Amino acid sequence: MKKDNNDKNNLMLNKKLSRRDMLRLAGVGGVGLLLGGGAIGSLLASDKKTTSNASTILSQDQDSIPFYGAHQAGIITPSQNFICFAAFDVITDNVSDIRKMFQKWTTASATMVSGSLIGNVNDNPNLPPSDTGEAAELSPSRCTITFGAGPSLFDARFGLQNKRPPSFQELPPFKADSLEPEWCGGDLCVQVCADDLQVAFHAIRNLARIARGTAVLRWTQEGFQRSTQADPKATTPRNLLGFKDGTANPNVTDSKLMNEVVWSQSVDGTAWMTGGSYMAVRRVRMRIEVWDRSTLKDQEDTFGRHRHSGAPLGSKDEFDSIKLDALDATTGKPVIPSNSHVALAHGDGSIQMLRRSYSYSSGLDLKTGQLDAGLLFISFQRDLQKQFIPIQQRLANNDKLNEYAVHKGSAVFACFPGTTEGGFIGETLFGGI
Amino acid sequence: MNLRYVVPASLLISSILFTGCAKNNAESALNTSNTSEAVATNATNTDPSTSTSSPDLQTAIDQYRTYVIEQCDLFVKETEKFTTAVKAGNLDEAKALYAPTRMYYERIEPIAEALGDLDPNIDARDGDVDPSEWRGFHHIEKSLWEVGTTKGEEAVADQLLKDAQLLRAKVETVDINASMLVTGAVELLNEVSSSKVTGEEERYSHTDLYDFAANVEGAAKIYELLKPELEKKDADLEKDIGERFASLLKELEPFKVNDGYISYEKLQEDQIRKLSQTLDALAEPLSNMGTILGV
Repeated sequence: MKKDNNDKNNLMLNKKLSRRDMLRLAGVGGVGLLLGGGAIGSLLASDKKTTSNASTILSQDQDSIPFYGAHQAGIITPSQNFICFAAFDVITDNVSDIRKMFQKWTTASATMVSGSLIGNVNDNPNLPPSDTGEAAELSPSRCTITFGAGPSLFDARFGLQNKRPPSFQELPPFKADSLEPEWCGGDLCVQVCADDLQVAFHAIRNLARIARGTAVLRWTQEGFQRSTQADPKATTPRNLLGFKDGTANPNVTDSKLMNEVVWSQSVDGTAWMTGGSYMAVRRVRMRIEVWDRSTLKDQEDTFGRHRHSGAPLGSKDEFDSIKLDALDATTGKPVIPSNSHVALAHGDGSIQMLRRSYSYSSGLDLKTGQLDAGLLFISFQRDLQKQFIPIQQRLANNDKLNEYAVHKGSAVFACFPGTTEGGFIGETLFGGI
Repeated sequence: MNLRYVVPASLLISSILFTGCAKNNAESALNTSNTSEAVATNATNTDPSTSTSSPDLQTAIDQYRTYVIEQCDLFVKETEKFTTAVKAGNLDEAKALYAPTRMYYERIEPIAEALGDLDPNIDARDGDVDPSEWRGFHHIEKSLWEVGTTKGEEAVADQLLKDAQLLRAKVETVDINASMLVTGAVELLNEVSSSKVTGEEERYSHTDLYDFAANVEGAAKIYELLKPELEKKDADLEKDIGERFASLLKELEPFKVNDGYISYEKLQEDQIRKLSQTLDALAEPLSNMGTILGV
């Protein structure tokens, strides 16, 4: 049984992804950060080579993504249609309670992503059913559940101070941050992604139920992308500002590149994180009403791309390379403004990270009557200090997009390596304690 | 369902002895007359694996009935003091007696709810029932705190005492079974979750924490009575519930003042959230006490 699962996982990890999946992986991305345009070339190059057999391989496992494996699913997994994200605070004083919770979470998660009911008390009239039931008979919907630990878990409460990876700490303040405590931090996080929102919600709800007495919800955010139904060709998704965004992610099928960019390595010095990845989450509210009354020229100058085609300014095709040195013949100014989002995000193209963002809409800001909508930015990287932080500093200081977007929430999490059946997520951290 | 609990105690004891259960059970069984006889006569026809009840459940039911009647007796006695104060026009005394009197009722609320219209007559809030039918504690509460007078509440007070006495009389007739105990404990905590922890129960007096504490005490009483049986069926669950009752009481402790509790209005938002989450943490395992009822 255990072996079968590993084999299955290895098969899954080695699969070539279709173009469609690679483009979807790029996510809605972008308001926070857009990766260097240089990466897009290699993404497309490898795409040409793999398209032929990719779709047939994917179809076999299309609806179900294995929970067990060397890495947690939901990181290099092609983006699903929806996300339910939850940050938790631990309320117990006892680290063994946390371990027990992760054991239960692991078992329940593996069951839920397979599309089955959790627990064994679902038919006893004298007891509350162990599964809350709203996902019964629904397909697995490519559900993935990904767990992480925040820097606060390594404070004095649990004796884990010495386990904190040296470069893992709360983010520094960025210029123009407008963070609100109710959207920040968390001792733990659970990222659930699925092609069905009810399936995703079901997972978060049941994990929160299992956590009762050990951890409580701190903040949650649901998110969406255009669905596969609405965009069968899976072109680059558009963010809520109407721009195609996030085409420049590193190629997730390149395992060497993933080891360089996404997965923590043993040489990085934190043994329990080897095979894991560091996550940055930013809840970026978009000033939709203000954006909507800016001219098309202003909008395109803000992004550095044409709205319709997604091409860099001055180019025709979405995937044309970004020429930051091109000057306008009449004005002598750069065709792509130097304070545009694409110019700053690209930088010199030397820093990469894997973005996996979703749009969100959370009703009204009652104070202003304006929409509370924007981007739930998520990125995975091997080292926050070397990847997310320098890019975000660059953007925070100069990005023209800052006029239209404001960072309201922020958190970072160390997402554990994967586990095999019989083990549990977080075992490398909590197992020996 | 209820048939299970009227099976003669001695018969069930025999099955427990045969399964070689915990020492406690054996001891309690030995204290019961006819045990050896029961063992002899039932040894051949009792399948221990399908036995889903035990004499301890009947014991718990009997003890709970005694508790309910005790609380009811006190409820009537205290209600009489309260309504007397209202009718005598003693505003301060009536206000002082209001919340403590209600605690006797809140501890056994699910039983009262099983008795037809008694619960709305005694405990309805403004808007819960047709305005022409609204009476009971909260009617008087509104006058005492909102208007600042006992005047005009004399008839309501008389009726309240009658309703309390009727509750006491009717309680004798309630058919209490083990299932009611289990669901009653959860209902008590659900009451806290839905109206007390939100401050919606006592909207004029803000004495919600009295009700909060009383509901929790009522649930704790049921847990205490079912504890021996629960220990046998699921020791981890029993321990879990015990620890979480302790956490909740600890969380409530700082809000005690003299013999009562501080005003709900003095609670900070984060304190309310913590109380609510600690309550949810308890209610989750408590809702699994039904495991003692079998499948």
